[in-house]
Amino acid sequence: MFELNNLKYKDILEIDHLEINKGEITCIVGRSGGGKSTFLKLLNNMISSDQGNIKFKGKNLEEYNPIKLRREILMLPQNPVIFSGTIRDNFSITLQYNDLDIENDKKYNELLNKVGLSNQKLDSFAEKLSGGEKQRLALARILLLEPDILLLDEPSSALDDETEELIIEMVVGFINDKNGTLVMVTHSKEIAQRYADRIITINEGSLDKVN
Amino acid sequence: MTESIFDISIISLVTAYIFVLILIFIVKKENIGHEKQILLASFRMTIQLVLVGYVLTYVFENPNPFITVLILLVMEAFAIFNIYSRVEKKLSKKLKIAIGLSMFSGTLVSILFFLFIVINIKPWFMPQYFIPISGMLIGNSMTGISLGAQGLINGINDNKAVIENALMLGATPEKATKNIQNRSFYNAVLPTINSMIGMGIVFLPGMMTGQILAGAAPLTAIKYQIAIMMGILGSVTLTVYLMVKWGMKTFFNERAQINIEL
Repeated sequence: MFELNNLKYKDILEIDHLEINKGEITCIVGRSGGGKSTFLKLLNNMISSDQGNIKFKGKNLEEYNPIKLRREILMLPQNPVIFSGTIRDNFSITLQYNDLDIENDKKYNELLNKVGLSNQKLDSFAEKLSGGEKQRLALARILLLEPDILLLDEPSSALDDETEELIIEMVVGFINDKNGTLVMVTHSKEIAQRYADRIITINEGSLDKVN
Repeated sequence: MTESIFDISIISLVTAYIFVLILIFIVKKENIGHEKQILLASFRMTIQLVLVGYVLTYVFENPNPFITVLILLVMEAFAIFNIYSRVEKKLSKKLKIAIGLSMFSGTLVSILFFLFIVINIKPWFMPQYFIPISGMLIGNSMTGISLGAQGLINGINDNKAVIENALMLGATPEKATKNIQNRSFYNAVLPTINSMIGMGIVFLPGMMTGQILAGAAPLTAIKYQIAIMMGILGSVTLTVYLMVKWGMKTFFNERAQINIEL
């Protein structure tokens, strides 16, 4: 699905060769500040490499329309921003961004349920949610778009252990059901070992290990 | 014209400077400072207006299309460079181009529409109309674009994370910055809208006052004032709209990646 060759981005990341396969769950682990988030942003073209190239489905990533590409490869950043307004607004803005029609409340409530926010009303102001709840709403927003390829940057950093397990389990199930591809940066080696088909360790800007 | 204007003699004009002296006296007495600045401002105003008086006398007595166009270009250039220096943040080269283009094209369209459709001056380069009306439209648009550019730069710098999130969710740069664009536009045209609200009640606008002093019937002066306000509103709206649309694009590269270093 992704093939990276002789990739270099500033002094932050350097990768000679790496492949990420379709239908696999790939976990990225490593010390903080090592270039893991940069790695994800390169995959959805939020940033472009200075050298080398990334091939996506056999074609150079830079040849794709960047907007269409990001609609196909969705990314949840480590500190997702919640848009001002209600929870419903957060869903409808996401659909508007993708030129899609507004969905009904039933669909939104299902998603809230999925991410463990069933106690929240669609009319509640999203900014009043706690850090962990915001992170889960941001995930629900992404799931609304039903992506086949998902990039998650520490999706459970603001969650307690129990919720973390619930959320990761749900996302992995969602991707497996679609035979989708998941690339997830995680601080937890336990999560990586339990769910990943492959674990990539990135430290100090280069690949340490691929298991 | 119903009667000719009272001319002010040089001696009477000099007595008007008493107001400056009063100001200097107050700031000195109260230790407020800035005396030099006040004197310099009064001096500059005097010299500039005297020079403009002579230039306009020559231009009005010798109407010439090339001179009229040259003055228009000088006013445009002055306004554009004034915007560059007024905006507090550093402007990228691309944003400077966007500002210059929107200022020039937006005011030009408004000026031509106003002079040739609304007033219908003949000959087309008649300097008595062309120059002051262009000046009013350009001056107000300059203020509008300065506010709009400042709003756009601050809006994008302060909301980088929101924009990035929107892009990651599949938004185009246009959609990701829609709120910032709307806010910048509104804040830039707001002073013009506000000035229309107070007009005639809170203050009599300069152009109308000038025409009345020069002997024009108040109703004629009012017609001109209404027309010029519409012209100003149109010019500010058009220039700010173009600047926001073109300016926004300069914050992104061709890969729809946000292009600012913070």
